[in-house]
Amino acid sequence: MAVIELAGIERVFHLGDSAVHALSRLDVGIEAGEYVAIMGPSGSGKSTLLNLLGLLDRPDAGSYRLEGRDVTTLSPDEQAAVRSQRIGFVFQSFHLVPRLTAAENVALPMMLAGIPAAERAQRVTQALKDFGLDQRADHRPDQLSGGQRQRVAIARATIMQPAVLLADEPTGNLDRATGDDVIHLLEALNERGMTLIIVTHDPKIGTRARRQLMMEDGELRHDSARPSAAAAAT
Amino acid sequence: MRNADVLRFARDAATAYPLRTSLSVLAMAIGVAAVVVLTALGDGARRYVVEQFSSLGSNLVIVLPGRSATGGFSPANALTTTPRDLTVDDAFALVRLPSVRRVAPLTAGNSEINANGRLREVVVAGTVSTYLDIRGFKMAQGSFLPEADWNRGAPVAVIGSKIKEEIFGGAPAVGELVRLGDRRLRVVGVLRSVGQGLGMNTDEVVFVPVGVAQSLFNTHTLFRILIEARSRDEIAAVKREAAASLKARHGGEEDVTVITQDAVLATFDKLLRALTAAVAGIAAISLAVAGILVMNVMLVAVTQRTAEIGLLKALGARGATIRNAFMAEAAMLSLVGALTGYGLGLLGAFILRLLYPVFPAYPPDWAVVAALVTSLSTGLLFGIMPARRAALLDPVQALMKH
Repeated sequence: MAVIELAGIERVFHLGDSAVHALSRLDVGIEAGEYVAIMGPSGSGKSTLLNLLGLLDRPDAGSYRLEGRDVTTLSPDEQAAVRSQRIGFVFQSFHLVPRLTAAENVALPMMLAGIPAAERAQRVTQALKDFGLDQRADHRPDQLSGGQRQRVAIARATIMQPAVLLADEPTGNLDRATGDDVIHLLEALNERGMTLIIVTHDPKIGTRARRQLMMEDGELRHDSARPSAAAAAT
Repeated sequence: MRNADVLRFARDAATAYPLRTSLSVLAMAIGVAAVVVLTALGDGARRYVVEQFSSLGSNLVIVLPGRSATGGFSPANALTTTPRDLTVDDAFALVRLPSVRRVAPLTAGNSEINANGRLREVVVAGTVSTYLDIRGFKMAQGSFLPEADWNRGAPVAVIGSKIKEEIFGGAPAVGELVRLGDRRLRVVGVLRSVGQGLGMNTDEVVFVPVGVAQSLFNTHTLFRILIEARSRDEIAAVKREAAASLKARHGGEEDVTVITQDAVLATFDKLLRALTAAVAGIAAISLAVAGILVMNVMLVAVTQRTAEIGLLKALGARGATIRNAFMAEAAMLSLVGALTGYGLGLLGAFILRLLYPVFPAYPPDWAVVAALVTSLSTGLLFGIMPARRAALLDPVQALMKH
């Protein structure tokens, strides 16, 4: 079953008098458990696409079905609930809350979802152990290395067991070796069945994915899963 | 998000920026402390005056010569206005009224006391033996003026404690002769010190029989007649009877004013309550200023934590959740500020009482409640705008700020 179905997606930004088509005529389907890299130069629309997939942004036209449900027509609160339960985010700059410890950062999505403290503590302990962070539970972000911070962020993104994990340049702020560790970690999660979508401009990372979406000027130029269809679109 | 989690989250957010938080708490605290201290001062003044009035003696009715209420000009007034003075006979007539327990005439003037080689300006009060009990004074040495015919005064004097101190020092005064104006009087008693009593410091007064004072000042009028009612319930009756009796004695002319201690007290009480409320109002302005400061602090917090707000939205926080978290933070700043200010205010009032023990500087309950409620509500009110701003932030834009 397709976990993500985009049909005829348009996203237009207005800068002064001119209209910029950040996304145009986008039709993409992503199956559950896929490992997809969205690639392209700066300004190609790949981040806009990721924000749209994560329900942080709304398309101006077209439909977005997540797990078979049309999510573009949901109210803001319903979208928040979908983000809480079904979507995990990993950011280039980690976005950890600086005053909270690693454990508290990981627990944040569960706290927002209203899960009782006892259950939170138990799940956080397990997650930190899974990600090799059990010695770092009480450390604040500024006491952690870059790789550790991104591992905390990934633990946080997956603690609600989402359907889709969205990663925006997850290795952009890391050195090569640490970046590889993070990619291996994400791939391990994918192997256990989580749909993984990575935005990157690094071809080395992009080509590791089983499927590449090449973006350019807001359009999908190449889809490695459907070479002919994408070519026809151009 | 659970309420306990909202509170904990807000608390952690506030304590993560100690300088900003403590400054806004301080502003709120100063506002509340100002209200508490200033109303303590105002209410202290009120209590002080009330206590002073009570020290005049209980169940007191006072007769003053002349009318206090102006009736406007009328031909009748022009023909009949021959203001009669209050006399000792008037006072004596009041003794027989049914609701009256004691009466004391009072005449007053300035003179010089000369004794023991020292000279001093004094207030001379001419009265009778009953005055001591009506005013509730106590003797330090000797006795008060002897009971005698009111129109014939023995050449005796009772002096206040300060005069005794200044003229005689440590030496005994009772039995000594003093010269008061052109009279030679024998000191028969010294009053115990009672301190200030509404403009007239009793410690600096020389009491003589009313007849002696009247011949000393060459007058037959009285300054006041003090009447003590049999009980508190009979004050009104005394007032009515005294007014009627004096009207009859003065040829049907209502040319005296009869006031009760309660009426005077009520006027001062009202006046000083209004003063306290006005002072509280002025202090409340500082609360509004503190509220605006809390708003500023929260706006800065929203700006500083824009990325965090974006993250919370990405993690599934609803707008209402974010709004509640920021409102809770504003409420906490205000609450802690209000409680700190309450403590500071009580401390300030305590220090005032230490410095001026005679001054009962306690903040009235209504002022304390009003200050706490106002500070909390201004904090919340001024917290709404920043919280709304946080809740309405666009997550994509917010996440880009880092």
